[in-house]
Amino acid sequence: MDAARVGIITFPGSLDDKDAARAVRLAGAEPVALWHGDHDLQGVDAVVLPGGFSYGDYLRAGAIARFAPLMTELVAAAGDGLPVLGICNGFQVLCESHLLPGALLPNAGLHFVCRDQRLRVENADTAWTSEYSEGQEVVIPVKNRDGRYTADRETLIELADSGRIVARYLDLNPNGSLDDIAGICNEAGNVVGLMPHPEHAVESLTGPSTDGLGFFSSIVNRLVSA
Amino acid sequence: MARVVVDVMLKPEILDPQGQAIARKLPQLGFEGVVAVRQGKRFEVELEGDADEDALERVGKIAETLLANPVIENYEVHVL
Repeated sequence: MDAARVGIITFPGSLDDKDAARAVRLAGAEPVALWHGDHDLQGVDAVVLPGGFSYGDYLRAGAIARFAPLMTELVAAAGDGLPVLGICNGFQVLCESHLLPGALLPNAGLHFVCRDQRLRVENADTAWTSEYSEGQEVVIPVKNRDGRYTADRETLIELADSGRIVARYLDLNPNGSLDDIAGICNEAGNVVGLMPHPEHAVESLTGPSTDGLGFFSSIVNRLVSA
Repeated sequence: MARVVVDVMLKPEILDPQGQAIARKLPQLGFEGVVAVRQGKRFEVELEGDADEDALERVGKIAETLLANPVIENYEVHVL
């Protein structure tokens, strides 16, 4: 059968779209380049919103990218169950789009943070984490300026109680995220936002581990078996 | 032409490390008695025509849609 097709949206200011495409290819799917200014998802089976500083992160991280032309189609398709993974800036865009609750604010320490980060996968049932086991510890680079996950108390309780916290920081909290949250998902589990960068941990030559590959192989296996 | 100001502030319960950094610096500069500083954003929006009720409503919509993120921020609209 044909390989699954995973779209990667490039915004002006995206940085990690090529890395995400490479990770998708390594996982066995065909990466499809999508352009923020189009109104066409090209019939892809899943979408990755990559890291970077879309539209310069002017105003707030992800605030302007949220209104990119292609986001109209993406928000509608995500509502219909299209698997979407937002990494770093992509996570910020998903929160600004209200596809995920809460928001990402400047790091509590006010510095850009870049480190190999230990995480615990808390939810291995989402479209993007099924290759992991619940409670599995992984090492994936984190690199952000605006990574402090924030939501009101009720939302935090709801996320925790409904198993929608996908990953938590271990050892230290690099950005002051509430409840050590590194990633969350929507109610249906098809939309996942993650502050660390799994696409930078897919090959031992360039990453601290290959622990990130599971996010991409999860979606590929799901699409192949669907 | 009317000029309308939108002030955007983080909600009071949200940590503002930039404001804290500013507040910590003040005693070193000889400014005593400051309990806290919170940093926000001010937008000046220039409009065609007068700042009538319709115009202010429109600016409120702009604030709610783009200038502020209601999840984390409050905003106020006033005429300059």
